[in-house]
Amino acid sequence: MALLEITNLSFQAGTAKLLDGLCLSIEAAEVHALLGTNGTGKSTLAYLIAGCEGYRPTGGTILFDGQSIQTLKIHERAQLGITMAWQEPVRFEGISVAQYLTLKNKDPEPAPFLEMVGLDPGRYLTRMVDRSLSGGERKRIELASILALRPKLAIFDEPDSGIDMLSINDIINVINACKENGSAVLLITHREEIALIADQASQICRGRIVCSGSPEKVAAYYKSRQCAACAVEGCGDDCP
Amino acid sequence: MTALDQLMQAFGNAGGDRAVLADSATAHLVADGHTILSAREIEGVEVEAQATASGISAKVRVRQGVRLKNPVHLCFGVLHKRGSQNISMDVRLEKNAAASFIAHCIFPGAEQVIHTMDAVIDIGEGAEMRYSETHFHGRHGGVEAIPKAVVSVGKNGRYLGEFNLITGRVGRLAIDYAVQAEENGVVELTARVFGHGRDSIVITEKVVLAGENSRGLIKTRVAIEDEASAEITGITEGNAAGARGHVDCLEIVKDRAVASAIPVVRVTNPLAKVTHEAAIGSVDKRQLETLMMHGLSPEEAVDVIVKGILR
Repeated sequence: MALLEITNLSFQAGTAKLLDGLCLSIEAAEVHALLGTNGTGKSTLAYLIAGCEGYRPTGGTILFDGQSIQTLKIHERAQLGITMAWQEPVRFEGISVAQYLTLKNKDPEPAPFLEMVGLDPGRYLTRMVDRSLSGGERKRIELASILALRPKLAIFDEPDSGIDMLSINDIINVINACKENGSAVLLITHREEIALIADQASQICRGRIVCSGSPEKVAAYYKSRQCAACAVEGCGDDCP
Repeated sequence: MTALDQLMQAFGNAGGDRAVLADSATAHLVADGHTILSAREIEGVEVEAQATASGISAKVRVRQGVRLKNPVHLCFGVLHKRGSQNISMDVRLEKNAAASFIAHCIFPGAEQVIHTMDAVIDIGEGAEMRYSETHFHGRHGGVEAIPKAVVSVGKNGRYLGEFNLITGRVGRLAIDYAVQAEENGVVELTARVFGHGRDSIVITEKVVLAGENSRGLIKTRVAIEDEASAEITGITEGNAAGARGHVDCLEIVKDRAVASAIPVVRVTNPLAKVTHEAAIGSVDKRQLETLMMHGLSPEEAVDVIVKGILR
């Protein structure tokens, strides 16, 4: 049985269908890349899996470890092993990096997680997770916090977006470290070169998975922008 | 146990370091109600205190060029359940002096206590004063605290003031601080208060940037719950070329508590600039969800966020 099994998942906001019968499964310790252009439903899917407020499926099922999680709150899902790094992590006044990395995990030593994301613990552990951090620093700390949590499923929502400072190699290191820790990863991105590090990949378009398989196959399909055209004309059963 | 011992015990419980009173290199002043319990001067620092018909009158002088290594400790309190304490303070830092003050105002068992403070603080040219004031009003909400201060910051001077009341009840708090900064003067006022029950918090802080290139920041962090109320007014005037000021108010509201924020910015010189930001509401949803994704319950997450902003 897959760790995460999503079947015919639909989600509607007002009259807009954001997800429309989406199916996706992720095995334990699998890195699964989800490719898609802007507005195709990538983040919506992440929020539905994580259980964010205002995101409840209008149809379909989400099973995690064989258990339906649709009625669970975020922290209950987190306690089962699901966590997510936002595309733009929030800042916190008065919370140090050291405190942030040890909020609920049992590992009392946060320094190695900072080193894994390329930050010097001596400089950062006492810093606050507030506006004094640059966007790149904050994002690296968020990735370190996910590593420290050792979740069963880590969702990374566009870890490469909006920042030049965070090198692709650092992202790859974090994802590989997750995998080594036994975590499955749902890697949301619109950059095919990042998707290539995954074990499996899918492309989402207009709220549906339109292509699944090896990262090379999906990246090639995505690169061909076939579905970008579909998005204009209407993506339906014609998609592979 | 003497009144001094009792007050020092409460001082220690409130986070103060009791050893400072025995340190001959540290100036201090300790008063219970209208009784002066202990005072110490050190070289370069004069401490005068006396009981008057209406309360306590205290003067602290830091002489020209004296830069203190140890903070001056002020400990005021009322040990009885009922009582009053009226303090008149006159603090002067002469030219190029530098000193930190740590003040504790402690009312551990107060059920009906009034504490007033009228302070005049004069910071001379090139002088720097850091003033950290921590209040503990006990568990009953029976304190009415009315601290007022008028501060003048001379050319190239600095005044960094902090007010903290985050443990126990507030009761009724009405802060009224006004600071004027001359050329290149720097002012930072920070207040952190956590109100519960029917606590009432009124904070009015005013910074007048009178001198060229003076700088001012008013930062207020308030959390209120139950049926507490908070009204925060931050006023900054930019009256000289190059003056820069900012008012930053954040209030977190829970339960049936009511909060308001009134940032007032006034500029009379076209080369001055004053900005403000104010946010009032429940805990930020995205912050809450982030912490819940780390496995914290909603209650634990709110606690971490509130403690963070009050830190």
